Amino acid sequence: MSAPLLEVNDLTIAFGALEVVRDVNLSLADGKTLGLVGESGCGKSVTMLAIMGLLPDQVRVSGSIKLKGEELLGRPQSALTALRGKRMAMIFQDPMTSLNPVMTVGEQLGEAIAIHNRGMARGDRQERALALLRLVAIPFPDRRLLQYPHELSGGMRQRVMIAIAMANDPELLIADEPTTALDVTVQAQIMELLQRLQAERQMGLMLISHDLGVVGDIADEVAIMYAGRICERGSVDAVFDSPHHPYTHGLLASLPQIDRTIDKLVAIPGSLPSLSARPAGCRFHPRCVHAQDICRRAEPELRRVASGAIAACHFAETAVASLRAASPA
Amino acid sequence: MSDVPALPRIRVRQWPAWLKLPVLVGIAIIAFWIVACLTIDLWPIYDPIDMVGRRLQPPSADHWFGTDALGRDVLSRTLHGARFSLMMSCAVIVCAVLIGSAIGAVAGYVGGIVDGALMRLVDITLSFPPILLAMAVTAAMGPGLENAALAMVIVWWPVYARLMRGQVLSIRSREHVEAATAAGAGHARTLVKHILPLSWSPILINATMDFGQVVLLTASLSFIGLGASPPTPEWGSMISEGAIHFYQWWICSGPGIAILSVVLGFNFLGDGLRDLLDPRSK
Repeated sequence: MSAPLLEVNDLTIAFGALEVVRDVNLSLADGKTLGLVGESGCGKSVTMLAIMGLLPDQVRVSGSIKLKGEELLGRPQSALTALRGKRMAMIFQDPMTSLNPVMTVGEQLGEAIAIHNRGMARGDRQERALALLRLVAIPFPDRRLLQYPHELSGGMRQRVMIAIAMANDPELLIADEPTTALDVTVQAQIMELLQRLQAERQMGLMLISHDLGVVGDIADEVAIMYAGRICERGSVDAVFDSPHHPYTHGLLASLPQIDRTIDKLVAIPGSLPSLSARPAGCRFHPRCVHAQDICRRAEPELRRVASGAIAACHFAETAVASLRAASPA
Repeated sequence: MSDVPALPRIRVRQWPAWLKLPVLVGIAIIAFWIVACLTIDLWPIYDPIDMVGRRLQPPSADHWFGTDALGRDVLSRTLHGARFSLMMSCAVIVCAVLIGSAIGAVAGYVGGIVDGALMRLVDITLSFPPILLAMAVTAAMGPGLENAALAMVIVWWPVYARLMRGQVLSIRSREHVEAATAAGAGHARTLVKHILPLSWSPILINATMDFGQVVLLTASLSFIGLGASPPTPEWGSMISEGAIHFYQWWICSGPGIAILSVVLGFNFLGDGLRDLLDPRSK
C-alpha cells in the first residue's frame, strides 16, 4: 500500500502566542474527497493555507504535512512554489476578488500553464487554455478567453478559477468554501462540476466548507473542527448517521430538513470562543448541555467510537444518545 | 408578450464625464507646447540668440513680446525655451517615476528591514525643502542643466517611492495575489504581473500634477543661476535677466506666462486624470 495522497499529522499552528490550530490529523487518499467542516474562525482556512505553504514566515507551524509521502513542512519556498499549481492547486472562496482584474481570462489561464511549462509555444498555451475552459463547461469558451473578469458572472468566474486550478492536472485540489459567494443554483452547478472533475481525473479533493449539506453530498470522509481542534473525524456515513460528539450532533440538528415542518430553527447555544480565551478542558464545554466536571478540567483525546469514526468527547458513547432522547429530532 | 417588437438600439455617444472644460483647456495648452517643442525651427520667428532689434523695446508689431536687454526677441526666446524646460522636466519626471516606483515596489513587496531602510531614506530626503536640496546638490556638482536635472531627480524620487509602496502594500494583500501564489507564481512574476499593473494610476496622476512643479523648480534653479547658463533661452534664466530691468516688464512676462500656462495645463490635466482613474475621488 503506497503512501496516501495527503497526510497531515499533529499539525499545530501558532501566530505568536496564539495557538490557532492544534494537533490536527487528516488523511486523504487518491480520488477521494475529504470534507473539512467548522464554524468561521475554527481554523479550517489556516489549516489549508498551511498545507499549501501560504502562511507567512512568522507563523509557527509544527507537525508534519506529507504529499505522497514527501514532507512539505520545512521545505524552502522555492520548492513549494514549484509544487503549487502543479501537484496541488487551490480554489478560493470569492471568485469576485481572486482573479486579476487587469488580465484577460486567456492571459490568466495562459500564465497558470506557462508557470509550470516553460518554453511552451504561445499557440499551444492558448489551445490548452481553451481546452480547460471547455473542461469546466463555460459557454462560448473562445469568446471568454478575450474577456476580463468583470465581464463574467460569479459562477463563470468560479469556473475560470477551477480551470486555472486544473491547468496542470493537480493530484490534490483544495477548495476553500468554493460556493459560499455564489447563488444557490450556481452552487449546485459548481459542486457538480467539482465532483465530475474529481471523478474524471482521480484527484484528491479537499473541500472546506461550513455547509454540512454539501459535504454530506460529495465527501467520502469528513473532519469536524471546533476551536482549532478536530472533534470528530470519520467516513461521512458514520459521522452523519451516528454522530458521537455533541458539537457534531448540534451541527446536524441545526440543519433544517426539507421534509419536516419545524416551529423554530435549532441552534447551538453560545458562540465560538475567541482565540485568546479558549476554555480549559474540553473546548466545547461552555456550549455543551452535557458538560460535566471532567469536561471543565481535562481536554478529551480523540478515540475510536462505535460508528468507526473517532471523536474527542469524554462521553462520546452516551452524550449524543442522551441528547437525542431529550429532543427527538 | 412575445410579439412586442424589440426596441431599436440607439447608441448615444456620451461625452466622457471627466472631459470637463478645464481639462480640455489643459490638453490644449499642453498640445500647443508639445507642438512648439517639436516644430519650433520651422516657425517664421526670429532667431532666439541673434540680436534682432533695438534694446529693451516694448511689445510692438515687429516684436510681439518686446526685446530684452541685448535686443533679442522675447517671443522667440520664450518659444524656444520650451524645448529646454519641457524636455528637461519630462526627463526628470520619467527618471523620478522609474527609480522611485521601482524602489517603492521593492520596499512594499519585500517588507521588513529592506522596507524600513528604504523608507527612512525617503523620509530623510523628503525632510529637506525641495528647492534647498536641489540647490545644494546642484551647487555641489556645479551649475548646468544636466546637474540641475540630476538634482531634481534626487529631490523627486521619494514621492513616487512612498506612493508606490503604499499601492503595493494594499494590493499585495488582495486575494488574486494569493491565488497567483497558490498557482505557483514566484515573487518576480507576482510583483510584475499581479501587483504593478494595478498600482500605476495614482503614480500617473501624481506625475502629471508634478510636471508643472518640476517646470517651476527648473526655472527657479536657473533663476538663481544654477541651471541653464546665459545664452540658452531658458525660462528661469530669462526671468532672472529680466528682473534686472524691472520697469521693462515685458522681458519677464513672456517666460512668466509660459511657466504659468504649463503649470496650469498640467494641473488641469492631472485633475481630469484623477476623475478618470480614481473612482474614490468622486
